[in-house]
Amino acid sequence: MTTSNTNLRRHPGLNLGPSHGKAHEEAESVVFGFWVFLMSDLVTFAMFFAIYATSIQATAGGPGNADIVDVTSIALQTGSLLISSLLFGVATVAMKYHSSKRVVILWLLASLAFGLCFLGLEIRDFIDAAEKGAVPMRSSYLSSYWALVGLHGLHVSVGSLMILVVCVQIAFFGFASDVKTRVLRLGLYWHFLDIIWIGIFSVVFLPGLLS
Amino acid sequence: MEHFIFGRLGWDDIAIFDVFRDPTASNIVGSSAGWLAVIGAVIVAALLLIKGWWKPLLFTWLNTTDHKKIGIMYIVVGLVMFARGVAEGVVMRSQYVTSYQGGYLTPDHFSELFSTHGTIMIFFVLMPFLIGFMNLLVPLQIGARDVAFPRLNQISLGFTIVGAMLLMISLVVGQFATGGWTGYPPYTGVAFQPGTGPDYWIWSLGLSGIGTVLTGLNFAVTIYKMRCPGMTFLRMPIFVWTALCTSILLIFALPPLTAVVIMQALDRYLDFHFFTNDLGGNMMNFANLFWMFGHPEVYILILPAFGLYSEFTAIFSGKRIYGYMSLVIATMAIAVLSFTVWLHHFFTMGQSPTINVAFGIATMLIAIPTGVKVYVWIATLWGGRIRMRTPIIYLAGFIVFFAVGGYTGILLANPTVNFAVHNSQFVVAHFHNVLLPGTLFAVLASIYVWFPKFFGFRLDERWSATAAWLFIIGFTFAFMPLYMVGLMGLPRRSPAFDDPSYIPYMIVTMVGALCVLAALCTLIGSFVVSALRRDTLAVPGGDPWDGRTLEWASPAPVPEWNFAFIPTVNSQDAFAKEKAAGTAYEIDCDTYEDVELSPTSWIGLNIIVFGTLFGFAMVFWIWWLAVLSALALLTHSIGLGFVRDKGEIIPASVIERTEKDWIALAAEGPGTERRDEVSPSNRGIAARISEA
Repeated sequence: MTTSNTNLRRHPGLNLGPSHGKAHEEAESVVFGFWVFLMSDLVTFAMFFAIYATSIQATAGGPGNADIVDVTSIALQTGSLLISSLLFGVATVAMKYHSSKRVVILWLLASLAFGLCFLGLEIRDFIDAAEKGAVPMRSSYLSSYWALVGLHGLHVSVGSLMILVVCVQIAFFGFASDVKTRVLRLGLYWHFLDIIWIGIFSVVFLPGLLS
Repeated sequence: MEHFIFGRLGWDDIAIFDVFRDPTASNIVGSSAGWLAVIGAVIVAALLLIKGWWKPLLFTWLNTTDHKKIGIMYIVVGLVMFARGVAEGVVMRSQYVTSYQGGYLTPDHFSELFSTHGTIMIFFVLMPFLIGFMNLLVPLQIGARDVAFPRLNQISLGFTIVGAMLLMISLVVGQFATGGWTGYPPYTGVAFQPGTGPDYWIWSLGLSGIGTVLTGLNFAVTIYKMRCPGMTFLRMPIFVWTALCTSILLIFALPPLTAVVIMQALDRYLDFHFFTNDLGGNMMNFANLFWMFGHPEVYILILPAFGLYSEFTAIFSGKRIYGYMSLVIATMAIAVLSFTVWLHHFFTMGQSPTINVAFGIATMLIAIPTGVKVYVWIATLWGGRIRMRTPIIYLAGFIVFFAVGGYTGILLANPTVNFAVHNSQFVVAHFHNVLLPGTLFAVLASIYVWFPKFFGFRLDERWSATAAWLFIIGFTFAFMPLYMVGLMGLPRRSPAFDDPSYIPYMIVTMVGALCVLAALCTLIGSFVVSALRRDTLAVPGGDPWDGRTLEWASPAPVPEWNFAFIPTVNSQDAFAKEKAAGTAYEIDCDTYEDVELSPTSWIGLNIIVFGTLFGFAMVFWIWWLAVLSALALLTHSIGLGFVRDKGEIIPASVIERTEKDWIALAAEGPGTERRDEVSPSNRGIAARISEA
């Protein structure tokens, strides 16, 4: 199991190299552990989705789905989130092919910029909704809407903070193997949030757009 | 300004002064409990300072990432909370003795008692006990030096302690929830309980839940990735299998609890409407989410206990476990089925009969793998050379009671029967009947079995066996009558009753409760007596019971590095096989290597301090403190990424010396025959027997 050949195939996104037996073994546990964490987090989201699905009718006479969806803003948000993920992917590829610290950090910051763009648009949507009277205190439907979309937004905020932290770590420590696996894990997290967003898009926004 | 500094905390919230304001019986009991907590804390603090124990507490315990010390701390937390849980049980029983058309506790106080009792026993007694044993045993049984993420392990412990601390603080300041351990809204909503109670519930469960899910993650990765060479899945000890299933359950079942706690917090703090009566709130969603966690939780509590029973049944029968494969399959089957039955906790809440039937059948299905397990233990005993030590006493009680508890479970799984007895004392009898003999007896027996491994001396046999008998007798008297009064119609959680025919049963249960209290005292006594006689009870060889799995293949107490070298196994029960072949105490490697221990960390202590402050601040709306504590936690967590501590290096020479001393000890004599194992001649080296 520890021959260099299998090591090469173990973490295709990383250049830990065939000679780093220990780094590979550690990466294996850490990355696997992170997948497990993501599974667990996915279940948390699933619960918020389930509650949302059961609350669609529970508007208590207040604003419903169609009243708060702004199609342009949603399109822009989706675009910026996906571009942000793409840029993160470019950053990991750059890291894999031994680009300089500066290049990788720049790609990461570009990814962060689009992430912040997403957050800005989302916050603007929330403010708009609040101005229309669609505050979470208004009805059970709006509670579950704000909680589901807000939970995703909170995750994106945490991810943004972590991109900054990882950039600082790259600047401090260079591409040490623990920093590399951290970038890899953050990438998993960032792409995971895309998948959640696609779920939110299909379950929350699409019905509103169609109606 | 005062409101800014203290939030909604006022002098009236200091519950220990209630007794001076209004000295009713109820207040005397409540305040005395608070005073006990305060005095206990003061005594502990004084001892730490005067005896200088604060130094080892800080520098060898609270900053350690060693799985063995963390496991011991989990079990200590469990024992402290167990004492409170038992005390509350006794107080509740005494209420029932007096509560024919009355009772000396106010209804609110009684409600608070059963709410804290349930919360404590589930989250801060049974779970810390079992997670403690997972910590102690899993790395040793799979031949690893530690868990996959030692620092994360410390973080988990920190969060568990935060929850326990909040519960203890609720005795002294403010009030805990009165809505039961399940905390169903709308009764626990702002409209009906604007006070601190449900908020204590939210933060103690929410914060400790974070720790628990991280434990699940940690042990799943440990078991998947850290097994020693040759330790294939089907060579793992049964306890490791059950720990794996429990970890998987924790990973998938805790998120619904997190979600429901977040939603309840949003309802209470920000006026959301998930579970309120008005504006479209739906409290059925709470019941569903809570039990999506709550039912797997039942198996989180019972599966590791099954694992422990399997381990020591084999040891004290002197033969290998019967039907290993069927135990593994049964464990996995229970783990999977546990996600399909949550609705049986609320058959009567108005869903269609079809749905009830589906969940009823799924529930009954679980009885099949569980029944398989009971037969496996009986078959393991069958034909074995059974030694009637303390663990087997617990096991005997367990098999009988668990069968009874299982049968009543089948009754309750039938929706038509359930409608008749739901919410009655029958249910109380049922779940105590499965959880006490099921989990608690397993843990108490296991403390006896594995205590010598980690402390280097056995527990006194007579005291331990007495405690076991007292627990069994006390349990019988305390809970069997509840089946009767349940069938006669007494609702659970009712502070008083009107039917005089319950009175004799209540007197019997009171006797049982006192007997359990006596058992608890005897248990504590067994620790004290054994510690005083630790020289005669010492088992430096580390194998006092002729154990079968890898954790016995080291001296006692287990050295910090666990194994002198990572073992290689080629069968189940590897240590028993080696002992039978006479190769257990041979030096298997030519050169010893330095071992780097996992680095120490202060994140656990930080979580204990600032997590507790955060929870307290949130309960009392002290927003500045909440923000500061959260920031302290956040900065420390981010800082962890920049810390590159190396752990302590244990030089090869020290490891070699320890290993050779141990082997020399084994070579000294023929070892202990099993009939002498509770005599001082047991030095932890088992006499060789031909058959494994």
